[in-house]
Amino acid sequence: MSPIIKRKGEKFTIPSKYLLLILTILCCILMVITFTTNLFRGPLNALAGYIVVPFQEGITNVAGWMGDRTDELEQLREVLKINQELQDKVDALTIENTKLQQEKYELNYLRELFELYDNYEQYEKTGARVIARESGNWYHSFTINKGYDDGLRLDNNVLAGGGLVGRITNIGPNWATVTSIIDDDANVSGMILATSDNLIVSGDLQLMSTGNIRFQQLVDSSNKVVAGDKVVTSMISDKYLPGILIGYISSIEKDSNNLTKSGYLTPLVDFEHVEEVLVILENKEIGGE
Amino acid sequence: MKRNMIFTLLAFLCFLLQSTLLKKISFGGITPNLMVILISSVGFMKGRKAGLTIGFFCGILQDIFFGDVIGFYSLLYLYIGFGNGIFRKYFYPEDIRMPIALIAISDFTYSLLCYILQFLLNAKFNFGFYLKDIILPQMVYTIIVTIAVYPLILMLHKKLETQEKRSEKKFV
Repeated sequence: MSPIIKRKGEKFTIPSKYLLLILTILCCILMVITFTTNLFRGPLNALAGYIVVPFQEGITNVAGWMGDRTDELEQLREVLKINQELQDKVDALTIENTKLQQEKYELNYLRELFELYDNYEQYEKTGARVIARESGNWYHSFTINKGYDDGLRLDNNVLAGGGLVGRITNIGPNWATVTSIIDDDANVSGMILATSDNLIVSGDLQLMSTGNIRFQQLVDSSNKVVAGDKVVTSMISDKYLPGILIGYISSIEKDSNNLTKSGYLTPLVDFEHVEEVLVILENKEIGGE
Repeated sequence: MKRNMIFTLLAFLCFLLQSTLLKKISFGGITPNLMVILISSVGFMKGRKAGLTIGFFCGILQDIFFGDVIGFYSLLYLYIGFGNGIFRKYFYPEDIRMPIALIAISDFTYSLLCYILQFLLNAKFNFGFYLKDIILPQMVYTIIVTIAVYPLILMLHKKLETQEKRSEKKFV
């Protein structure tokens, strides 16, 4: 296998050693360039978008359709049984609903007091479908089927089912990659809704399968925060709009430094089964760009 | 030329399947690494150069969509392809043990490097967890998929080989 031997019919060949060297250097240069500038992201992303995304969309649609059909057959019998039970429940709930209606007035009043009046319902949003997921097992990001042609921008916040999913970290003309908050690289500045104490929510690969996320650096000097409290994105986060629900605290304990607390929270979103997401088209305005 | 086109398409297909369909049939959130199977097979079937070329191509695809830096996965796959190419002289189409061993080692090396370069250097020292929960399951799953996929790649390889030999004879 000497590199010098050439096969017949081939006019010009580079020995594999040199090709390896050339490509290695090329990769290193590419890495340095992407670290320092934004030169490649635009054209490469556009190209990839036109070639890859239509296929991904197609396969996901077909797979999803087939999955739905099998699920439907399985569920049909179950559904009939559940329907009966639900009928009974409806009656019970109607009574409860009246009770809750009364409480809603109270809630509205309290909300006003709390100045959470303008929560994220007012932002302009657009829906998108998840068409592909990160191909390895190390990170938790996924591709959606809308890009800057649909008005999306880098760092747009992404929601699903009323809770925070993550933000856009990479974008092409007809696709965008969303890095979720449970990704090992992700850190979100959050706050406890009830006490306005700030904390840091950081994703962790080790916890991904348990469905929890870790939080830390919670300064709770008055010891008011308990499990079950709502955690929303904080006012001081520079990527996330304030007041988006992240999840609920599931456990909390004091750090060894006796000043801060840390623990786990259960996110609102079921990250394993995210299929449709809402993208907020506004980015957080921060001064001093 | 034809071979190059077919393998480019195959790499493309592997990437597509891995990011869509395979994610739906993953066990416990772990997906097999189809691209390593392809790169490593091309490596020991066609030699270092073919291996590193297809590795580079697969890597670039993954980089554009899911990488932080363009060039990281390309570099990893590039060396996996090259490394497997060294074993071409020991490759016999009848033998399935060596391909499986090579693919397993390739996948393990790939995961290990991913861990070291992205997690260990990020001060995540709990190697036991990553080994038990990600690296080994992924390797086992990849081997299982290899047993199903490898005969197909081998068949394609043989077919292309006979075709190329025929056209070479024409020149002589």
